[in-house]
Amino acid sequence: MPLYREQGVVLRTYKLGETDRIIHLLTPGRGKVRAVAKGVRRPGSRFGGRLEPFSHVDLQLYTGRSLDIVSQAELITPFDRVRADFALSACGSTMVEGADRIAQPDERSTELFLLLLDGLRALVTAPEHPSLVLDAYLIRLASAAGYHPALAACASCGRPGHHAVFGISAGGLLCPACAPSGSQPLELAVVELLGGLAGDPWAGLPARLAACPDPHRVRRQAGALVSSYLTYHLGRPLKAWEAVPR
Amino acid sequence: MYEGPIQDLIEEFGRLPGVGPKSAQRLAFHVLTMDAADAERLARALVAVKEKVRFCVRCFNVSEQDECRICRDARRDPSLLCVVEEPRDLMAIEKTGEFRGRYHVLGGAISPIDGVGPDQLRVAELFARLGEEDITEVVLATNPNSEGEATASYLARTLKAMEVAVSRIASGLPVGGDLEYADEVTLGRAFAGRRAL
Ligand SMILES: [Zn+2]
Ligand SMILES: [Zn+2]
Repeated sequence: MPLYREQGVVLRTYKLGETDRIIHLLTPGRGKVRAVAKGVRRPGSRFGGRLEPFSHVDLQLYTGRSLDIVSQAELITPFDRVRADFALSACGSTMVEGADRIAQPDERSTELFLLLLDGLRALVTAPEHPSLVLDAYLIRLASAAGYHPALAACASCGRPGHHAVFGISAGGLLCPACAPSGSQPLELAVVELLGGLAGDPWAGLPARLAACPDPHRVRRQAGALVSSYLTYHLGRPLKAWEAVPR
Repeated sequence: MYEGPIQDLIEEFGRLPGVGPKSAQRLAFHVLTMDAADAERLARALVAVKEKVRFCVRCFNVSEQDECRICRDARRDPSLLCVVEEPRDLMAIEKTGEFRGRYHVLGGAISPIDGVGPDQLRVAELFARLGEEDITEVVLATNPNSEGEATASYLARTLKAMEVAVSRIASGLPVGGDLEYADEVTLGRAFAGRRAL
């Protein structure tokens, strides 16, 4: 059986038999990899706690017929803080579920992989704003999947500007001429926060939010738009999103 | 594809957790070669478990009566409550002989990605017990994996507001193992949970 080496982030795991698990991983070189970790549920397994969801690992795998087999796993970053806190864990679960939905087997996925690592790092460094980090991740995930929202120009005619109507199916903000009549305009602060979620450096997100008038309400509105946008373009909602405390 | 009763049996076995199509076939053909009396005993045990065993109304452990053996036992310490995911975990802790309190079985763990939240578990029943019983300490003994940790974190937050002592079972190095082979997460936890001697 051919052996190969890849980095990966553990997306999710399923119990298999008495002591094994099937591990779904996002790797930069081979996209989504599904592999069996034998004996991992036994206390004292040589994999120990390395193959828990969110772990960033360096792996050696054997190519199998339907599933690959993990032969060695070294931790690069455990992201165990994400697992230890309910709010972070709910946000992290939504992140990996989104990546799991979009990634394909045997397809280079460097952009998705780096985005997921950035998102997990941001969760750990700004644990007081988990849902803000999540919304930024989700809007960037939509872009990585080919549904980049138009936020600086009209999604329909291209006229530049921070327009006030968000057209979910149109793919972004719509100018007054293109917006369907009767559309509810967004507050400027929501439009600006959407722009920040899509393009600001991760570390700048909390400050961007703090500068908003009534940050809690603005964040909820922006978050709801991000979720509707992603649900529309992915076809169905992410299950873990419901569990995120907001 | 077989036909008739043998195929039915293969399909039934195949529905069980951890049984793949190959094992389901092997089990079904094993039953075929069993003595009639053995097969009947197996069938009776299956029916009896559904007829006679139910969940304890208080702790949701498996029980033959309204309340399970542990909840009825007056020698158990009523001030200590241990929260576990499944009845199997309760049995594993019972075997240690280390715990003399009572239990609460959640029926699973919080898993946002599977759509399992507190409402799908016996969490409301747990909080209700704290109001009704004289419980002073809750030990969270959910699994040390991502779902178990998320569950413990969720419960701890609410329980602390209810003015009850909350503890988490220690996780660390397996007894009999070598330190050098431990992974960083496990070893890190062992250090965080170190105790004075
Ligand atoms: Zn336009
Ligand atoms: Zn009971």
